[in-house]
Amino acid sequence: MTVDTSVAPGHVPGPLSRPMSPVGVGGGAALPVRLQGVVKSFGTLTVLRGIDLTIPAGQFLAIVGRSGCGKSTLLRLLAGLDTADAGTITIGDAARRAESPVRLMFQEPRLLPWARIRRNVEVGLSGRGAGPQAGALAQEALARVGLAERAGEWPSVLSGGQKQRVALARALVSSPGLLALDEPLGALDALTRLEMQELIERVWTAQGFTAVLVTHDVGEAVALADRIVVLDGGAVAADVTVDIPRPRQRGDAWAAAIEGDVLRRLLGGASQTTNGLVSPSGALPVATGPQA
Amino acid sequence: MSRLRGLLPWVVPLLVLIIWQAGSELGLIRATVLPAPSDVALAGWRLLLSGELLRNVGVSAWRAGLGFTIGGAIGFALGLLNGLSDLSQRLLDTSLQMVRNVPHLAMIPLVILWFGIGEEAKLFLVALGVFFPVYVNTLHGVRSVDPHLIEMAGAYGMSSRALIRRVILPGALPSVFVGVRYGLGITWLTLIVAETISATSGIGYMAMNAREFLMVDVVVFAILIYALLGKVADSVTRLLERRCLAWNPAYRNA
Ligand SMILES: Nc1ncnc2c1ncn2[C@@H]1O[C@H](COP(=O)(O)OP(=O)(O)OP(=O)(O)O)[C@@H](O)[C@H]1O
Ligand SMILES: [Mg+2]
Repeated sequence: MTVDTSVAPGHVPGPLSRPMSPVGVGGGAALPVRLQGVVKSFGTLTVLRGIDLTIPAGQFLAIVGRSGCGKSTLLRLLAGLDTADAGTITIGDAARRAESPVRLMFQEPRLLPWARIRRNVEVGLSGRGAGPQAGALAQEALARVGLAERAGEWPSVLSGGQKQRVALARALVSSPGLLALDEPLGALDALTRLEMQELIERVWTAQGFTAVLVTHDVGEAVALADRIVVLDGGAVAADVTVDIPRPRQRGDAWAAAIEGDVLRRLLGGASQTTNGLVSPSGALPVATGPQA
Repeated sequence: MSRLRGLLPWVVPLLVLIIWQAGSELGLIRATVLPAPSDVALAGWRLLLSGELLRNVGVSAWRAGLGFTIGGAIGFALGLLNGLSDLSQRLLDTSLQMVRNVPHLAMIPLVILWFGIGEEAKLFLVALGVFFPVYVNTLHGVRSVDPHLIEMAGAYGMSSRALIRRVILPGALPSVFVGVRYGLGITWLTLIVAETISATSGIGYMAMNAREFLMVDVVVFAILIYALLGKVADSVTRLLERRCLAWNPAYRNA
């Protein structure tokens, strides 16, 4: 695997967007990702038919698409839970991956019910030889998600949102270089979702990993991501840059315009770009900066 | 109020004892059929003083403990092995399930032919009886560990040893406990039958011996001792269960 520091063609950093530093605050180094012609089939069903995607280190990418279009499949490939039938996936280089690994946050928290909260977070350090430090690191990660005082409890007493925060702490404890999130907020109520979104944005800003978020909620994608990729028919159907400065205001006209555009592309109405290139000076109001 | 609640389960047994005692005193229950509770208690006291009681209870408990440990350990090990390895399960499970259909008590004549009436015969029967429930429930427990958790552990780079220790074993434990409690029941049942048919010591032998001398009170006392031992074993298991499965809300305050 090669070191890949190139910047995606579709990505144009805005004047106020966070500088793309490859080195995170949390000690891990953000990993760049490059997918070339990635194909994945299950039996006769070809789910991904040639995905080309370059994600610069430290970018927050959101993936949206119809149910069953292969978003989870793509994330599982990134996390190494499955292997592609064709094409190549390059995620940083081996040395950097060893230091700051790829982590996947599932739709369900997947906590071990028989392990206390802190022990669950320590699972994130499996095979990383953290030794006696593990407990302290886990405690620190729990503090980052605001659950430090619950460390000694069983998962069964936590609420759904709290369980997801523990799962987030478990993913963060090893200072990931790439964090893939597979609709982690899908099962949460609206208010808890907003809180979790803020939390995810905060830890991403602090730790500076590359983030790939799969979501059904275009509003969520617009609120969090630097860039939104629409997956359709097993390929990248659109690639939209979200150049709204952070911290972002919910429901401003700028965000609404981008959200409307992504939704149109999702529904297949707008003209589809081949390799997901949407010029910032094109139909999207991304070039001139926010109006709010 | 809460103390009264704690006594509630004992109301019915106490009532039965009182009626039984009254029935005996009034001559409604003949002593040759069922001696009065006080007579049974006296018989127990005599056995305790002579040292016979402790010796026989000790022998029976030792047989139960050792037989259970042997059968349970083999059942657990094979259950774990077959739960983890498809190859092993395909090789062994069908054979084991076929043997399971033979009631282990039906083996008594054969076992007496093999081992005589020595200790091995009893241990063998108990171990054989305990093996299957522990095996079947361990296998089921390992197989029914949430595959999502196993996938999660793999994604986090857990070694296979850590996976077994931290995910599979704790996940299978509730089911293993079901097997253990079932196995304990079989242990006492097997022991009663085996000691009654062929033994020179133990509670069952004590009862059979008393029967020859028409000491009905001793016979009844022996039956009660079996019940008590079974109850003690079950309570200990419940206690262990509650401690080991404290994470599970269903066991936390049962
Ligand atoms: N292990 C598998 N075996 C067979 N088919 C699979 C497997 N995993 C996924 N698929 C199929 O691949 C397709 C894409 O699945 P995937 O889970 O990636 O969709 P998704 O985009 O994540 O959908 P959703 O938004 O509903 O989560 C579906 O048609 C699914 O049935
Ligand atoms: Mg999915």
